[in-house]
Amino acid sequence: MTAIDVDRVRDITAHPPGLGARRFKDRSFIIWGILATIIGLGTLIALVAELMHDAHVWPFAAWGESVISPRFFFSFPSSEASEAGILSAWVGSILVIVTTALIAIPIGMLAGVYLEEYAPKNAVTSAIEIAVNNLAGVPSILFGLMALGIFVQVLGNPARYPDFLPEGFRNGAADLFGQSIFTAGITLSLLILPVIIVATREAVRGVPQEIRHAALAVGATKWQTTQHHVMPYALPGVVTGVIIGISRALGETAPLIMIGGLTFVAFLPVTRPGDATFETIGVLDEYGAPVTPDATERVTITHDGVVVLPDFTEQQVHAGEVLDLPHGSTVQSTATWGDALASWAPTHWLGQEFTVMPIQMFNWTSRPQAEFLELAAAAGLVLLAITLLLNGTAIWLRYRLRKSIKW
Amino acid sequence: MEGLLFVAAALAIAIVLGIVYVVLSESTKFFSHVSVVEFLTSTTWTPLFDNPQYGIAPLLSGTFMATLVALAVAVPLGLLVAIYLSEFAGSRTRETIKPTLELLAAVPTVVYGYFALLFVTPLLQQWLRPFGIELPSFNLLGAGLVMGLMIIPYIASLSEDAMRAVPRSMREGSFAMGATRLETAFRVVVPAAVSGVVGAVILGMSRAIGETMIVVVAGGQMPQMVTSPTQQGATVTAFMAQVALGDLPYGTLEYNSIFAAGLALLVLTLMFNFIAFWLQRRFREAY
Repeated sequence: MTAIDVDRVRDITAHPPGLGARRFKDRSFIIWGILATIIGLGTLIALVAELMHDAHVWPFAAWGESVISPRFFFSFPSSEASEAGILSAWVGSILVIVTTALIAIPIGMLAGVYLEEYAPKNAVTSAIEIAVNNLAGVPSILFGLMALGIFVQVLGNPARYPDFLPEGFRNGAADLFGQSIFTAGITLSLLILPVIIVATREAVRGVPQEIRHAALAVGATKWQTTQHHVMPYALPGVVTGVIIGISRALGETAPLIMIGGLTFVAFLPVTRPGDATFETIGVLDEYGAPVTPDATERVTITHDGVVVLPDFTEQQVHAGEVLDLPHGSTVQSTATWGDALASWAPTHWLGQEFTVMPIQMFNWTSRPQAEFLELAAAAGLVLLAITLLLNGTAIWLRYRLRKSIKW
Repeated sequence: MEGLLFVAAALAIAIVLGIVYVVLSESTKFFSHVSVVEFLTSTTWTPLFDNPQYGIAPLLSGTFMATLVALAVAVPLGLLVAIYLSEFAGSRTRETIKPTLELLAAVPTVVYGYFALLFVTPLLQQWLRPFGIELPSFNLLGAGLVMGLMIIPYIASLSEDAMRAVPRSMREGSFAMGATRLETAFRVVVPAAVSGVVGAVILGMSRAIGETMIVVVAGGQMPQMVTSPTQQGATVTAFMAQVALGDLPYGTLEYNSIFAAGLALLVLTLMFNFIAFWLQRRFREAY
């Protein structure tokens, strides 16, 4: 056995060769890490600053010069940039999101609860799990493609329903589908379903077994246990997932473009042409000109108001008149918001054509004129503010959750 | 009640089948007019011309170029952030930075498109001009770059999760041998977490491939064989959106062509999902 030179070993372990350089590398990596983080966070800041700058928001322009004004929120899009606004876009977004939420939240929660609490370990269950995981990775535009193929082209066309269904049903259903708010709502709810399912599963899994055992021990059924004892504790986690899903749906553009969300909508979907407060008759192209200029449409005027013809001449109209108006005319009612609300009926708005905030922004972004880009920036800023607010809420909720609940 | 719950869950399978069915059935109509060989080998994609040509290659080249640029940005930055957060930063720093960074993934993509077109591209034009490169106002470089920034959180967050799942004892072993944190990170933690890291990168990649609005707004809409990121070019998704924006009558060949493009996209994303799954299984380290 050779003797170990203890002093030499001690020397090498205490001062290994090159330690200084290695320590320096170690420390300087922190700088690289921080730099990379700053690039990420800097992007967010640059994004917000760019939008604020382009929309002339203070401090990039004098106070009051901003594109974002009350008029911006309460005007329809227009071929005149100075008159254009996002009224139809935000109303459309709200209606689409409400529809999405009403479909996605119950289904997503039920599915999540099933997978976590009820599902037996078998082939069907693992098929469902694979499907959920894969759905989360499918590009959103493919959801739009599916919706185009099924909800718009088949279910939106009464002629393509099976013959044995009564005609009234076929027409009614076809009215609901097609390029409508309902179709948009279904499409987006399918898109965010995986988000809600996964969030529900995680939240339910986090509830300790003892709570279930206690409920079952005093004679509760499985569903009673789930409903009254598991879900209340899981709810904050579920809500976090729902908020993130909703925020995602709010910003989605591509799937709605696929199903034919319009880029120029100068009417509100809450009312139908002919019985409306604000509306345009016929379909306008992206520049606000009628698609079929020669066609006319017979309209019954239900409120006193002003008709603006495509050549911008105006004409007074009164309730009860029946007129043949060329496509592209706008009926601007002098009726109040109260009248508009009175015409509110889900059966009306669900089947209406629509636009949403991101599509409106996209439309303005794709125009060359600077004034429209300003409008795009303003719409983007509103959209960004809402999504960041929603996500911020979700993060805060998750943080609170982790701090307050300790099992 | 249980039946209802089951139906809700089984809907996921129905959606997957629905997507596959629609894409396949409409593509079949397309392929009864256009041969699969032409679709796969032709290098021209001009479905809206009088003498239409249907080669998917130009669209794929656009998609891959944009994705490549995105990965070139997101992989180094995402991994740097992940290693920094998991091995160097304190828990409070991590708890602040991680959710803030995740906001990047929450920004609506159309807003990113605007940012790419009107902020990043002009900036790049300015920077590249001294090098004699004239960047067109629509280009895949700007679009890909912004796409890369968008997927940083996916890569950073998931890689960081994978790295933190590496047991403490492995790090301690490495420290005991005298390694620094950096050496431990690169020689112990990253290799041990490689399945998760690769999974994260592939997930980010599949997001980039499927991303639509950024490339529609900032990447250009002219399908051509792209050889350089400074060119403009249409991606598979950009073509689909562009066609959907117009008013295409149902049942025409042009209408069906977007489903054929969709099929290519579906195959591509499923393939990458599968590769990620396979890699994770193959290289999973069990502790």
